[in-house]
Amino acid sequence: MKTWLDAWPVFRQLTGPDPLGRGAAARSKATEGVVSRTATADRVVQSVCPYCAVGCGQRIYVKDEQIVQIEGDPDSPISRGRLCPKGSASKSLVTSPTRVTKVRYRRPYGTEWEDLDLDTAMHMIADRVLEARRKGWQDENDGKRVNRTMGLASLGGATLDNEENYLMKKLYSAMGAIQIENQARI
Amino acid sequence: MAECHPVGFQWVSEAKARGAKIIHVDPRFTRTSAIADLHVPLRMGTDIAFLGGLIRYVLENDLYFKEYVVAYTNAAALVSEEFADAEDLGGLFSGFDPENNTYDESTWQYEPEEPPHSGSDDPAGAAEQDELEDHPEIRKTDKAQAAGSGGPPIAAKPKRDETLQHPRTVFQVLKRHFARYTPEMVAEVCGVEPEAFLQVARWVTENSGRDRTTAWVYSVGWTQHSVGAQYIRTCSILQTLLGNIGRPGGGILALRGHASIQGSTDVPTLYNLLPGYLPMPHAKQHESLDDYCADAAGKAGFWGNKRAYMVSLLKAWWGDAATAENDYAFDHMPRIDGDHSSYQQIKDMIEGKISGYFLVGENPTVGHPNGRMNRFGLANLDWLVVRDLQLIESATFWNESPEIETGELAPETIATEVFFMPAASHAEKEGTFTQTQRLLQWRHKAVDPPGDAKSDLWFFFHLGRILRERLAGSTDPRDRPLLDLTWDYPVHGPDQEPSAEDVLREINGVGPDGRAVSGYLELKDDGSTSCGCWIYSGVYADEVNQSARRRPGREQGQVASEWGWAWPYNRRVLYNRASADPDGKPWSERKKYVWWDEEAGRWTGVDTPDFEATKRPDYVPPEGARAQDAIGGSDPFIMQGDGKAWLYAPAGVVDGPLPTHYEPAESVVENALYKQQANPTIEHINGPWNRENPSLSPVFPFQVTTYRLTEHHTAGGMSRTLPYLSELQPEFFVEVSPELAALRGLVNGEFATLVSTRTAIEAKVLVTERMRPIRLRSGQVVHQIGMPYHWSYSGISTGDSANDLLGIVLDPNTHIQEDKVSTADIRPGRRPRGPELLEFVEGYRRRAGVESGRVGVNGREPVAAEAGEGSQQ
Repeated sequence: MKTWLDAWPVFRQLTGPDPLGRGAAARSKATEGVVSRTATADRVVQSVCPYCAVGCGQRIYVKDEQIVQIEGDPDSPISRGRLCPKGSASKSLVTSPTRVTKVRYRRPYGTEWEDLDLDTAMHMIADRVLEARRKGWQDENDGKRVNRTMGLASLGGATLDNEENYLMKKLYSAMGAIQIENQARI
Repeated sequence: MAECHPVGFQWVSEAKARGAKIIHVDPRFTRTSAIADLHVPLRMGTDIAFLGGLIRYVLENDLYFKEYVVAYTNAAALVSEEFADAEDLGGLFSGFDPENNTYDESTWQYEPEEPPHSGSDDPAGAAEQDELEDHPEIRKTDKAQAAGSGGPPIAAKPKRDETLQHPRTVFQVLKRHFARYTPEMVAEVCGVEPEAFLQVARWVTENSGRDRTTAWVYSVGWTQHSVGAQYIRTCSILQTLLGNIGRPGGGILALRGHASIQGSTDVPTLYNLLPGYLPMPHAKQHESLDDYCADAAGKAGFWGNKRAYMVSLLKAWWGDAATAENDYAFDHMPRIDGDHSSYQQIKDMIEGKISGYFLVGENPTVGHPNGRMNRFGLANLDWLVVRDLQLIESATFWNESPEIETGELAPETIATEVFFMPAASHAEKEGTFTQTQRLLQWRHKAVDPPGDAKSDLWFFFHLGRILRERLAGSTDPRDRPLLDLTWDYPVHGPDQEPSAEDVLREINGVGPDGRAVSGYLELKDDGSTSCGCWIYSGVYADEVNQSARRRPGREQGQVASEWGWAWPYNRRVLYNRASADPDGKPWSERKKYVWWDEEAGRWTGVDTPDFEATKRPDYVPPEGARAQDAIGGSDPFIMQGDGKAWLYAPAGVVDGPLPTHYEPAESVVENALYKQQANPTIEHINGPWNRENPSLSPVFPFQVTTYRLTEHHTAGGMSRTLPYLSELQPEFFVEVSPELAALRGLVNGEFATLVSTRTAIEAKVLVTERMRPIRLRSGQVVHQIGMPYHWSYSGISTGDSANDLLGIVLDPNTHIQEDKVSTADIRPGRRPRGPELLEFVEGYRRRAGVESGRVGVNGREPVAAEAGEGSQQ
């Protein structure tokens, strides 16, 4: 009888040291068996939140090569383990079922998306870059040497890594493309 | 800040718990106001008048930090006799050119101590450079940034009056300029009651000086204005007068809105900059490397080493092909010669001048103002590459945009070929973000990206590889820059991913011994060093990725120098030599931060000193000294050509040497301070797709501002697609006051339609006292509407796009748009659909006396677009 009563949360809440029922009183055999995803992860990787520029520390928990949880990093002197609603939702950002993971292609005047092989897409883009570069090329403008192309432009990105922005600026400049812009202008 | 940088706001809460007073100046009441000791709602677009009022209060009541101001600023410098202030010319400064709507800055200069250019190593070169920078086209390009982070050159040392009494000292000029910004004028312009204004003035000044410091925090609420750069200047002047720069607890903190938006400014994907704020070479100004470096040749401060930074960048990019004989391949760099910024590009796209466009993690059809104009731009390309996580609106404009419904766009007429290339998320690649305080933090990779998703490092490396393979063997000189490019990054794994650490090491720079340099002081101008971004030099010092350091905060002191790495040289507070007095002693025990240790013969403190470690406080530069050697031991502002903080800018700010209150481009109020209504140098982009609402028009009687919500992110691609966030903020709404709701018959929870000369949008109405009508002294009541700008038609949570309502007018310094204040009408009910919407908006244009906004196929005909830079409305 005693054991049966003790297993009843309301009884424990009324008689035990947890009158609000927010701790021990609410526990059951099932909850005893629950282990957090953070405890069973294969590895934990230190990262940084991808939303605003505060730069909160994140810990990414990985099991079977899948991201199973993202939490605030208590080591960070900036964020001390906290994340805002967006940072807390970043697991659903990276595991979103609507994320597009295949190249999509829309041909001129097309009304539907089509499939396209990644390697084919890369070569088609390279073709178009060379053509646009040629079409928009200027050796001189207004009597001054400019060595540039006005045929293509680029925008982004403030969520990219420094290393990525660096390669972009380097490659575009070598192509002669100058119309390179970023959210930082906006 | 509590809304958009909530985790950063914990430090404001900590400060409050320790007794700090928190003041929130914002047209809206937000979560920040709820925590603040005082919320000051002001009329949107009037911050210069408010801050100018504080400057006047400080000057009139002698509350400035005298020793700091005399020693560390240009307050004592004498301004030329030819200078005439906006106070005397109805809101214009001397030198205005009404034909180009630009200023000639020559009358703004200092009165020289000696004949001009005597302090320069290359007087002729510097003079020519000066003259070139006043060319209207160079001014329009971006003169402020063309000078680099060292600021514009100063031709000669100014005459000084350290008593600050001479009528032409900067100090007295400043005092006269702001003399009319009285509490009563603040009330008239901003709608802030004198009692509230004086409360702010008392708190700010009582909390500044030797023992105390005040910090100011801003975001795009200050930058996205037609006078945005001047907003920041006004605050800089106030903080400098109060001695709040370079000291702990002081400063002006720009809270930036994207994970690496600071990084993408430092290592810029921006048309007018190269890495480290080196200017992009200009066709008319920089024909050779010598031209390019001329303005720095005789210059004091660290900017004097510009040639070393540039030659090292050229070596990083073109390696062995960059030699002393060929000017280190300086001619491999393309040249700019005008405003090539984002919004000009959209106009050029509509006009068919641009064939291809890359969108890399950005969604301009929602995030930029005037979405309709942006979509017309995309519809007139030959091809578009979109790299993102989700099918964002900028990728689907051709079959889902609002203009499909109105009939202005149709897939069958749009020739744009679209490639959607899936991107890797932050967890699926490694690399650095630079957060808002210049801190680089390395992210480790957690898992591989799914399917075709790839990092942008992968995409651009392999695109470059393919382009170089295609051009191999070409003898066309145009192809040399691509073929000579250092592009041999080792790749690894089945995906052939380049190593981000290799790229970071290239950014850091390498010395003649092949080892990573420890900082930019090691860079040389003889081609023996390479460095991809001089200000980041040191991030890979000792061959260690310093940005990956993660010593827990609780094991470190308040500065936490061993978490990540901040540029420059891991200095956490810039210009921190100013935290000590001219003799090198802390201003007070309480505000001790960096000081001179006489015994050790060096600067020391809790942070890395932002000063040469062993330069004595009593160091006086010898005659002919240059670069850092020309900076005195008591000049903390080491990037400036004179080592001083500038209360007055004799050059470099294109719309005036001092901030002046102008009404926004779209305002319902007349300028109470000057005859000149708006900034005379505003940049306009005219076309049927970008009409402007006339100011003071009864057709557009309300002011509108835009903002973010805690639960969503920018253009929504990273938040409207997520279920939790969409549940927290499920739909587009506008905030209006009960008074405006009564005036226009708006009902809480029901739809309203907002109209401008661009378009009309609908939103649910939130009637709330968080929005307050502003009552001006004249009796005029200004109603203000708030709109979060996250929504559009895709994702889980959808709605009309706030940015579709806004037009594009630009700050002439930055080419940034005035998003944070515009005008509109609001009425109850939903908007018309389809072609009726076009007729509805056209009716508003007619009534307001605005030209037609009708367009032909894909936004082009029948009205030819024309360049409208600087034209007056």
